[in-house]
Amino acid sequence: MSADLTILLPEIVLAVYAMAALLFGVYTTKDKTAPMLTWGTAGIFAVLAFWIGFNGEGTNAALGGMFVDDGFSRFAKVVILISAAAVLVMSESYMAKRNLLRFEYPLLIALAATGMMVMVSAGDLIVLYMGLELQSLSLYVVASLRRDSVKSTEAGLKYFVLGALSSGLLLYGCSLTYGYAGTTMFEGVIAAANAEHISLGLLFGLVFIVAGLAFKVSAAPFHMWTPDVYEGSPTPVTAFFATAPKMAAMGLFARVVHDAFGNVTADWGQIVAFLSVASMFLGAVAAIGQRDIKRLMAYSSIAHMGFALMGLASGTAFGVQAMLVYMAIYVTMNVGTFAFILSMERDGQVVTDIGALNLYSKHEPLKALAVLILMFSLAGVPPLVGFFGKFYVLQAAVQADMAWLAVAGVIASVIGAFYYLRIVYYMYFGEETEALDPAMAPAQWVFLMASAAIMVFGVINLFGIEGPAVAAAAALVN
Amino acid sequence: MEPIILFAPLIGAILCGFGWRLIGEFAAQWVATFLLFLSCVLSWIVFFGFDGETQQIQILRFIESGSLSTDWSIRLDRLTAIMLVVVTTVSALVHLYSFGYMDHDENFREGESYKPRFFAYLSFFTFAMLMLVTSDNLVQMFFGWEGVGVASYLLIGFYFRKPSANVAAIKAFIVNRVGDFGFALGIFALFFLTDSIDLDIIFQAAPELAQTQITFLWTDWNAANLAAFLLFIGAMGKSAQLFLHTWLPDAMEGPTPVSALIHAATMVTAGVFLVCRMSPLMEFAPGAQTAVVVIGATTAFFAATVGLVQNDIKRVIAYSTCSQLGYMFVAAGVGVYSAAMFHLFTHAFFKAMLFLGAGSVIHAMHHEQDMRNYGGLRHKIPRTFWAMMIGTLAITGVGIPLTHIGFAGFLSKDAIVESAWGAMSGPGTYAFWLLVIAAVFTSFYSWRLIFLTFYGEPRGDRHAHEHAHESPMTMLVPLGVLALGSVFAGMIWFNQFFGDHDTVNKFYGVPSHHAEETHAQRALPGAAFAANEDDGHGEAKADDHGEGHAAEAGWTPGGGAVYTHPDNHVMDEAHHAPKWVKVAPFIAMLIGFGVAYLFYIRRPDLPGKLAENQRPLYLFLLNKWYFDEIFDAAFVRPAKWLGGALWRRGDLGTIDGGINGLAMGIVPFFTRLAGRAQSGYIFTYAFAMVIGIVILVTWMTLSGGAE
Repeated sequence: MSADLTILLPEIVLAVYAMAALLFGVYTTKDKTAPMLTWGTAGIFAVLAFWIGFNGEGTNAALGGMFVDDGFSRFAKVVILISAAAVLVMSESYMAKRNLLRFEYPLLIALAATGMMVMVSAGDLIVLYMGLELQSLSLYVVASLRRDSVKSTEAGLKYFVLGALSSGLLLYGCSLTYGYAGTTMFEGVIAAANAEHISLGLLFGLVFIVAGLAFKVSAAPFHMWTPDVYEGSPTPVTAFFATAPKMAAMGLFARVVHDAFGNVTADWGQIVAFLSVASMFLGAVAAIGQRDIKRLMAYSSIAHMGFALMGLASGTAFGVQAMLVYMAIYVTMNVGTFAFILSMERDGQVVTDIGALNLYSKHEPLKALAVLILMFSLAGVPPLVGFFGKFYVLQAAVQADMAWLAVAGVIASVIGAFYYLRIVYYMYFGEETEALDPAMAPAQWVFLMASAAIMVFGVINLFGIEGPAVAAAAALVN
Repeated sequence: MEPIILFAPLIGAILCGFGWRLIGEFAAQWVATFLLFLSCVLSWIVFFGFDGETQQIQILRFIESGSLSTDWSIRLDRLTAIMLVVVTTVSALVHLYSFGYMDHDENFREGESYKPRFFAYLSFFTFAMLMLVTSDNLVQMFFGWEGVGVASYLLIGFYFRKPSANVAAIKAFIVNRVGDFGFALGIFALFFLTDSIDLDIIFQAAPELAQTQITFLWTDWNAANLAAFLLFIGAMGKSAQLFLHTWLPDAMEGPTPVSALIHAATMVTAGVFLVCRMSPLMEFAPGAQTAVVVIGATTAFFAATVGLVQNDIKRVIAYSTCSQLGYMFVAAGVGVYSAAMFHLFTHAFFKAMLFLGAGSVIHAMHHEQDMRNYGGLRHKIPRTFWAMMIGTLAITGVGIPLTHIGFAGFLSKDAIVESAWGAMSGPGTYAFWLLVIAAVFTSFYSWRLIFLTFYGEPRGDRHAHEHAHESPMTMLVPLGVLALGSVFAGMIWFNQFFGDHDTVNKFYGVPSHHAEETHAQRALPGAAFAANEDDGHGEAKADDHGEGHAAEAGWTPGGGAVYTHPDNHVMDEAHHAPKWVKVAPFIAMLIGFGVAYLFYIRRPDLPGKLAENQRPLYLFLLNKWYFDEIFDAAFVRPAKWLGGALWRRGDLGTIDGGINGLAMGIVPFFTRLAGRAQSGYIFTYAFAMVIGIVILVTWMTLSGGAE
């Protein structure tokens, strides 16, 4: 038992911290402690990320295999924790300025992170659901953090209702799977679902689970909530939505399809490929019509999820590796981009219209250059790191004899390049408009520049994430 | 030492072209010039110190790919040594000359820096040319070949504000592309046949190639003939031979020092060099040899006729160059490569001098180039006059008949004419007569140039004549040096190039007859080429092409700098030609001189009358046999039409249209659709999810692996 607890220790630490901090906040000065808690939570995230990243070794199962700590989960957890910490740090000044910095905010994020860590370690359908709901419930609340704003509450409500629907689908899938496999453990499911024989009920279960997970990664056609929620939520929350939960949901996705249904890759491979193509094209095409940069980023993330799913669709270890690399790059790019979006304001008012970026390069050449690099990287222009992410997943698709998928991906990325380039166009060649405020919180500036620098210098060796990604994929697919 | 010769110009080009902002314009020019003089001095040392044995100096490992593996190395043999001297000498002098000539150029704006660029181009050209002549394999040669092409393009279009210069540059580049295509095909063919691009290996394979058939363009060809002919097409382009000559006269748009260096002395002789370099292959390709002789002779004749009526001083010399190149090809084609190289060598001196002299005249006359506006200049610019006079005496071939005393052109040109006769074949005879006639014309137009420019009454703009002035020393010194070469180069080296067989063979490092005979008697066929083995070509085998020739030709192709087939006795025949053959070019020269004297000194009204009487002929010549017009109608217009059609229909219509339709029609349509679907109502979103799950479930039910 104590061995199990050792394996679960990071999750336990985080959960206990969140609850203790909640008590502390409630019984002391409430919102005055918020900045301290924000930094503290970010610090805890960072410490945990280092702990997990450097301390973990091998594959350890806890609670009789319901909870798995392996290379894959560690990779995902490190990405989740670091990105969550980054979002917290860069959102602190934004929230404080707009009187949004409630002490619940960092704690809800901490609880969501706990849920995500459970998700990516799930070895059982019940653990899967528990992690997922812990994450989702926390996110519903932070989406409507701005209680006095119609848009924010609307976003929270929409997210909640649709999230409940998706949870229903997922639960239905879980119960079907349980019914036909006779167990909730992934080990048992994989034994029941083998290539020679898979019962229709199990297949239905698979489809419903995939649909539920597709909602979480906002893959088309389960994406509809994304633009509205991204737009309505406070920007720091949007930034959070676009990073850590995506990694967690994608990690869970990979875990379920490989750990529980690894013997029927051909079956779920087609579904995932369909989701991938639909997401890439929808994300690329629909974003063209957007003028609001948060909505635009919502569609952008839908398209990026399509690419990550392409890696998964190949059904190979290399595919998982490609997906992990892609997600890590995606998260890095989004942290940088949202650091910039958080700083977009004019006369103290938040601006999200991309027209406000007109001739930005004239006033802020360095920041404009950083944004340019990020946009090019998001579009996948070589030699930036974003290109290598795309290259990885395309390679995975080609190796898995899914060349058509790779071709579709290339076409979609060409279409998608339009709206990224349009932002660059506005910044460098647009018309004269009222300039944005030059001020930028130091944390945001650091993250913007660091992210852009990573996009440039990462081409040397991708900062060595390939090695861990290979190990992670090997741990998952066998 | 050889690498220094090779890379000094490159360093000069880089320092001058990129570094002049740091070290200043003047210093940059001097750096480039100094480095060229250095490489010139070293070249002469190599030339005199060279013992005739082929050496290979490796610079780096070049290509390692599949069965193709080759070094980047310098091939130093007599041909290379000659070319090194020619290229570096003329180039160094032209660098020096350019100080004066390019000093004030009205084609550039006040304060605009163009001189370092010019010198850098010149140095870069020299580097590329040296790369060409020192190459040890065909790809290396192709590198130099293209390098000089680029330099030529840049320098012809140096006056980039003149539309005509740009057009001429493009024309030169494109016409050369046609030849280069042939050259490239030739390289491919040889690689295909011998699996190597190294000259040594190709040379050894030559006898075998002569026995091989190859299918090309749906026809069976003799492999040696085909490869040699394709290479010759490349040579035709670079050396402005008939059909691919049209770029050379237009290339005179470039500054005059460029014309002297590139379009007279060095680059245009690359074709001749190529044919001589490939002599072991040519000797086994009689068909290609015939083509070389016929094209060369026809070019010599054609260009000389056109030169008769041109009025632009540089164009006259340009056609003269074209014509003289034809002479060289005839010599190479009949198999007397040393005579071709001899003329190449002497021609470099006197033609460079004629061009530089013309440049001096143009400089004096404020960039007036029309000879009809000259006249009586010999008192104004006496030194230039004497230089031009020496050049003319050299090119027309003044000397004492039946001796070896005369100006450079006298000896080398006579050698070629005799060789043509000595070929004792149909094409040889054809060439002989055309060359003799061309010699008449050469003499005529050369003297016409002198008389129109330096004699008679001043014509044209009086202001220009009054201000005509002698050029500065930087321009006159090169003229003087070249004048020495024009006078003495022929007499000094006659024996080595065209003397008795042994001297020539020794000069080129070819094992001589004597050696063969004496050694052969020792019943050791291989000993004859002991020299070969010494320099690392141990591959030579006595029985390589031993069918009856073993005693006489006891060495394989590629042993010396040039190779002559055992059956090739053209040089001996030429030496023993009848007296009338030997005197014929001299007579031709006298006739040309006499007519020119009559036309332009005694009766200046005659040329006009003749042109009136023979108007169609005059126009035919004035319009250069209408080659440009024919090419324009046959190639340029159809190509432009095709390009226009592809652009308008193919590119604009289909590709752009398709992309635009997609980007501005279809994609936005879907964008609007997606926007409408995003209604903001939860039930729409939930409906989409339900539809999605329905599709997936249906799909899985129908196609999934379940039973």
